[in-house]
Amino acid sequence: MIAEKNVDLTEKDVKGIAHLARIGLEEAALAPLAKDLSNVLTLVEQLEAANTDGVEPLAHPGHSSLRLRDDTVSEENQRETLQSPAPDTRDGYFLVPRVIE
Amino acid sequence: MHEKTLAEQSRLLASGEISSSELTNHYLERIERLDGDLNSLITVTGAAAKKAATAADEKRKAGDDSPLLGIPIVQKDIFCTKDVLTTCGSRMLENFVAPYDATVVSKLDTAGMVNLGKANMDEFAMGSSNENSYFGPVANPWNRKCVPGGSSGGSAALVAARLAPAATGTDTGGSIRQPAAFCGLTGIKPTYGRVSRYGMIAFASSLDQGGPLAHTAEDCAMLLQAMAGEDERDSTSSHEPVPDFSSSLQQPLTGLKIGVPEEYFSAGLDDAVASCVQSSLAEMEKLGATLKSVSLPNQSLCIPAYYVVAPAEASSNLSRFDGVRFGHRCENAQDIEDLYKRSRDEGFGSEVKRRIMIGTYALSAGYYDAYYLKAQKVRRLISDDFANAFADVDLVAGPTTPTPAFETGAKSDDPVSMYLNDLYTVSANLSGLPALSMPCGMVDGLPVGLQLLGNYFDEVRVLNAAYQFQQATDWHTLAPNGIE
Repeated sequence: MIAEKNVDLTEKDVKGIAHLARIGLEEAALAPLAKDLSNVLTLVEQLEAANTDGVEPLAHPGHSSLRLRDDTVSEENQRETLQSPAPDTRDGYFLVPRVIE
Repeated sequence: MHEKTLAEQSRLLASGEISSSELTNHYLERIERLDGDLNSLITVTGAAAKKAATAADEKRKAGDDSPLLGIPIVQKDIFCTKDVLTTCGSRMLENFVAPYDATVVSKLDTAGMVNLGKANMDEFAMGSSNENSYFGPVANPWNRKCVPGGSSGGSAALVAARLAPAATGTDTGGSIRQPAAFCGLTGIKPTYGRVSRYGMIAFASSLDQGGPLAHTAEDCAMLLQAMAGEDERDSTSSHEPVPDFSSSLQQPLTGLKIGVPEEYFSAGLDDAVASCVQSSLAEMEKLGATLKSVSLPNQSLCIPAYYVVAPAEASSNLSRFDGVRFGHRCENAQDIEDLYKRSRDEGFGSEVKRRIMIGTYALSAGYYDAYYLKAQKVRRLISDDFANAFADVDLVAGPTTPTPAFETGAKSDDPVSMYLNDLYTVSANLSGLPALSMPCGMVDGLPVGLQLLGNYFDEVRVLNAAYQFQQATDWHTLAPNGIE
């Protein structure tokens, strides 16, 4: 396939995207990722060639709209069960490092 | 016993010739003896399986004649299983014991199936080779040097090696059909919404769909029967009535119109694969079907559109893995941002990070219109192409994959060449249509898959055509060497 345009991300770009995605990359990972992500985005650039004037975006397959359920209590409280896989909890709360000094 | 199909085992159980305990012990022994080299299972639940088998045998004695009662199955490790490790192939969930069952799991449980364990898979279902699993790659039973496909690679390898008569899979861009093709199996991705996604760890929510992998269309019809149906816990599950998927299997193909897209037989398709597919289409014609050339003008845009939509949804879905509520947490976090960033860096493998970052980029300010919105518009064009085709034909047929299984390591350094494996499969996910892959030939000792796509909620017709093809051919009966 022939690409319309080559995308060339820098290591700084990758660092910025990684920050948005909250992934703490090591320095050594940046260069290979810049190459891989650029290649994928270059592939994706082929979309540019498509004429989509007046085309409605399709977010979801199928024709029916989402259902609404009755506004009644359907689930029982299972806090302890659902918190059981958490790394750190106390008194029903999830614990994280101090946010406010 | 393991040379029988699931449907045959169902009949043997019904007639009392075998018991579920015998069948279950037989497969557990095979797993123990044969899975070492394959690495197709992450977790084996032997004790619970034996207990479930005994319970199934007791139910049968009490008069229960459910068709799947007492038949073993393996769940892809993307489905949450209560009190059982559910890893999704990731270090992130290495120690995650699910607190509840996925709807698919509880439905198959209710149908009386015996769960033998959890199948290996590409991490978070991202991959076409099963090389992206934190728990190691899976070998293809037909040729151990080759990949089994992905992301349901463990499911496909274990059914091909007769370690279970069937397994569940999920398909976001071909993850049931491509491994089914690579391992010589029949697998179906139902219409989007046919099977509940509750408890199925989300990759791309508008594309993900669960389905079965087994040896025959008849087996898949029986399994889909138990898996399908509206679920109040998944608002995207369809309220469309569930038909009897087995009722029309026997119907002859006389009058069936099969569309053959000209775009499927162009650059990128291996000649030997093309020739297998052409021969099977000729077989369909012999069985009474009419072939008609159709056009899918936007076919070449499927991969680019998919690799925007799927990563965009993935970046959103996988933001839940933050080291706070479940999953991997880094040691000695300095602050909350450090906690997020290091937990995610350590917990995710490289392909998952790539896709999250592509998605994050495509959704970020300034790029949203150019990438995400553009891809959604192209998605509409792709979907419309199929609507036009289905105005003239009942099914669309073509190759499942451009080549047979490739060697492990051959594409693992080049994401783009790996993505091109999905050339023929992603369109069914983008449009939401049902699609099946079944064995239709062999090339250099490796199976080749034929793909059949149906109109929305027309799995009955897809399964009927596949069943009739399998009555006339024996590709689906072949087994890898050393497995017989």
